[in-house]
Amino acid sequence: MTASRLATGGSAIDRSRPIRFSFDGATVHGYAGDTIASALLAGDVAVVGRSFKYHRPRGIWSAGVEEPNALVDVGGSVPTTPNTRATTEPARDGLVARSVNAAPSALADRNAFLDRFARFIPAAFYYKTFMWPDWHRFEPRIRAMAGLGKVDAGWTSAGTADQINHHCDVLVVGAGPAGLAAVRLASGAGLSVMLVDDQPKPGGSLGHRAGEIDGKPAAAWIAETVAELAAAGQLILPSTTAFGIYDHNLVGLNQRHCDGRPDTLWRVRPRQIVLATGAIERPLPFANNDLPGIMSADAALAYLRRHAVLVGRRIVLATNNDSAYEVATALAEVGADVTLVDIRRDGTPPTPANVGLVKGRALTSATGKLRVDGVTLDDGTRLGTDCVLISGGWTPTIHLFGQAKGKLAWSEARAAFLPGDPVDGIAVAGAAAGAVSLSEVFAGAGNAVTSSGQKKAAIPHSTGLEATGGITAAWPMPGSKGRIWIDYQNDVTVKDVELAARENFVSVEHLKRYTTLGMATDQGKTSNLPGLALMAGITGRTVPEVGTTTYRPPFTPVPLASFAGARVGELMAPVRRLPLETIHRANGAVFQEYGGWLRPAHYGGNADAERSIADEARRARQSVALFDGSTLGKIEVIGPQAAAFVDFLYYNTMSTLKPGRCRYGFMLSENGVVFDDGVLVRLDEQRFVVSCSSSHVAAVHARLEEWRQDRFGRGAVYIHNATSDMATLTVSGPNARKLLETLDLGLSLDDSDLPHMAVGHGTYAGDEVRVARVSFTGDRSYEISIRADRAEPLWAQLRRAGQAFDVVVIGLEALMILRAEKGFIVIGKDTDGTTLPHDLGVDGPRAKRQSEFVGRRSLFTEEAARDNRMQLVGLAVPQGEAPLATGAHGIKRIDGGLRSQGFVTSSYQSPTLGRPVALGLIERGAARHGETIEIQHLGKIRTATIAPPCAFDPAGDRLHA
Amino acid sequence: MQLFPCPFCGSRDETEFHYGGDAGNIRPDGAEVPIDRWADYLYLRTNPKGTAREIWVHMNCGEFFVMERDTVTHKVLSSAALGGEHAA
Repeated sequence: MTASRLATGGSAIDRSRPIRFSFDGATVHGYAGDTIASALLAGDVAVVGRSFKYHRPRGIWSAGVEEPNALVDVGGSVPTTPNTRATTEPARDGLVARSVNAAPSALADRNAFLDRFARFIPAAFYYKTFMWPDWHRFEPRIRAMAGLGKVDAGWTSAGTADQINHHCDVLVVGAGPAGLAAVRLASGAGLSVMLVDDQPKPGGSLGHRAGEIDGKPAAAWIAETVAELAAAGQLILPSTTAFGIYDHNLVGLNQRHCDGRPDTLWRVRPRQIVLATGAIERPLPFANNDLPGIMSADAALAYLRRHAVLVGRRIVLATNNDSAYEVATALAEVGADVTLVDIRRDGTPPTPANVGLVKGRALTSATGKLRVDGVTLDDGTRLGTDCVLISGGWTPTIHLFGQAKGKLAWSEARAAFLPGDPVDGIAVAGAAAGAVSLSEVFAGAGNAVTSSGQKKAAIPHSTGLEATGGITAAWPMPGSKGRIWIDYQNDVTVKDVELAARENFVSVEHLKRYTTLGMATDQGKTSNLPGLALMAGITGRTVPEVGTTTYRPPFTPVPLASFAGARVGELMAPVRRLPLETIHRANGAVFQEYGGWLRPAHYGGNADAERSIADEARRARQSVALFDGSTLGKIEVIGPQAAAFVDFLYYNTMSTLKPGRCRYGFMLSENGVVFDDGVLVRLDEQRFVVSCSSSHVAAVHARLEEWRQDRFGRGAVYIHNATSDMATLTVSGPNARKLLETLDLGLSLDDSDLPHMAVGHGTYAGDEVRVARVSFTGDRSYEISIRADRAEPLWAQLRRAGQAFDVVVIGLEALMILRAEKGFIVIGKDTDGTTLPHDLGVDGPRAKRQSEFVGRRSLFTEEAARDNRMQLVGLAVPQGEAPLATGAHGIKRIDGGLRSQGFVTSSYQSPTLGRPVALGLIERGAARHGETIEIQHLGKIRTATIAPPCAFDPAGDRLHA
Repeated sequence: MQLFPCPFCGSRDETEFHYGGDAGNIRPDGAEVPIDRWADYLYLRTNPKGTAREIWVHMNCGEFFVMERDTVTHKVLSSAALGGEHAA
């Protein structure tokens, strides 16, 4: 027994509330207020995980977010979260924690043998080793052996993660002495403030470091400050990490509830940000410095004062700076045998009472198997020990400042990068700005608040012992003996960095990617600076010459569920719905998504869909069919320049259209490619309705708006997207007119009054209806548009009255067959991003139009005039054969090879014709009707005959029948 | 996340906006436009480092506008409504 819980003390724990949880299957006891790490330490659990690559045993290093070793997969009654830091995760009753990269347990890991082969698997070994025959042959096994936590395949969301937007005057990140002082000053100045801290309780280092403020003990000052903020209605969020600063100083916060609820994402827009994010203690370089039982000195002090856990009995404390002396004093006071080894010979603080001090010596190596049992000093002295504490100096936590593109300045005196030139709206205070003593911290906090334009106010006064910041840098040295760990989490040693330098990966960004130094969940919070200092030593540069890698969010891992928020399941990409959806469902419709719309694919349920679709398509030709075409675009273009406007937007001349008539046309992009097709309706001289493709409504609307605002001006035309205002019910087939005549719509259905491509107006049950003779089936068709909320009775009556005509309700799949029989195209299916209007056989406007239109110039390029362009054709197969595969290529044989000469775009079995019909884009196709070509699909070659696109009723008689 | 000033709605998140191209990219009209000029209009973008004048559209209100911003610092310098100014 070496580490243990003391009988008294522990500011964070509540001894009246004992808890139990499991770690690697064993029961661990603790108290409310423990972290998983503090409870494991109290139970003397030394090995808490296995390292990423070598499966080395690892223990707890820190007491905070920087933890590289003690990662656990946490589950139990809640979904498992992998790679949680045991040092920040609260221990809860019933929680189940598993060590990472270890099986069956961290203590007895069956892959531990890998460490014996370590010298064969240095940095980047797999780049060099697994090249033959193929990396993918090795990848699965290597991935299984290396890595961290396991994703829970059975994970289910415990609910939707909340996302909260928040605005305030001042956001203070970090509730240590600097943050608390800053937030108190800002609150006192009448500003709205928000204080966030990643610990469960405010106080930061004051929770375990000594200090008296304004004549009170630190704990009393913290309580008073928090009470004052609460009384002022200020927002304090504990267990919340500011993980990123984004453009225009948007700050992302990850709030943890630690009770099974999903984390909450905050997006905060403060006027001023104060970063009081503290500093992180660094390790020192010596051989085997990764053994369990080797820990950050500050962490040992935190566990002692917060959790009453004494981390060892015979402690060696190695340091290069003053901050370790307080730790040594505190450990000796509770009875530990402490030997303080300081690399400095001179300028050290007074020797603490009951502590053995060795000056001018450094550790060269540690020994031990599953726990450290001894160390050797550079004079050869061997010391027995059960715990080695390390204080290698402090790295200011300037990640957020770096993310905000703040420049860093190297401080030789502090042996650290500090914030350099100020960034607009961001101030840095406290240890993050390099402050050491409390008075320095408070002065910095005062400046941080006054820099945002506030009046100077009284800052807190430190009356306790002032910490001093003396330090002598002790960076890893090239050529050192033994295996000296730089990055615990990624198993990067001094030798790996030397290897990277030898192979010329000397830039800090290359070093990171070649060795993985500074990657993974801890992002090198303890390892980056030693790593780049070592690279500086190897390459004869200074640390600032080597520089740091780019700081990027997130500072700590954030669950993806937080970013998704409510945008999951159906809400990830919401579909648009028909006004008559419930009626269609009641009638057995099977719905599918088409271009963002949820529409009936066919009726008759899921069983035998093929047959339902064929039935619908056949019966539609026999008598009369009903189809819900409500998704068709209905964008109104209104105004004195409306006719000139549609002329410009369409490839076809539209201004010659008479009121009450419709015309089919293309819209092109400026590069000449067909962008959309559809029918334009002219209601009167100054009013048109653009009936664009269902899936293109938003894009067409945006395009109309752009040209209206950019070219015509706001007074010339007005555009209103009325697509969802109205439902459009289509009646199609030889008996369509007879069915309509039963309705009494109050308009003449006589073909002389309402011919094909005309529009009429009537009423149904008191509501205006617009009836357009437009056909996408090739049969006589009427599109009836009515207020969306009044469409249901009209649909019901059409179905009732239709019974006399053997009416069939058809879905989109049957409509696709009907239009393909006629050779009617769907843009984006029968065309691609190179299809020009004349490729579709519509050359008239290109040849004749004199007025300007979108895409015009692009129709007169060398490319547009190329004589082997792919053109729209029909494709017929020999009698009795199955339909061609959509996407199959038309091929030609050149020099023994196959070359594509186009492809099949649409292909269906036509129940009416009793044979397949297909459309395609084929080189020079328009001039090759009757020719046979070979069609290849998945290696099989068939033949087809090039034909006109229209396979059914080419004369168009049925439109008028 | 950047904040863009819509001249009609005020300051909004950048996710509400779409980029509409360089401001001042005047459309040359006519089937006889020299092909190089047309290609410039279609494809050639200035992509400046520093101050850029750009067309943006605020998707929520549908209005296009001209915004000046710094492509290095992401500072927004000005924004103004559009009024048929690119008519040739």
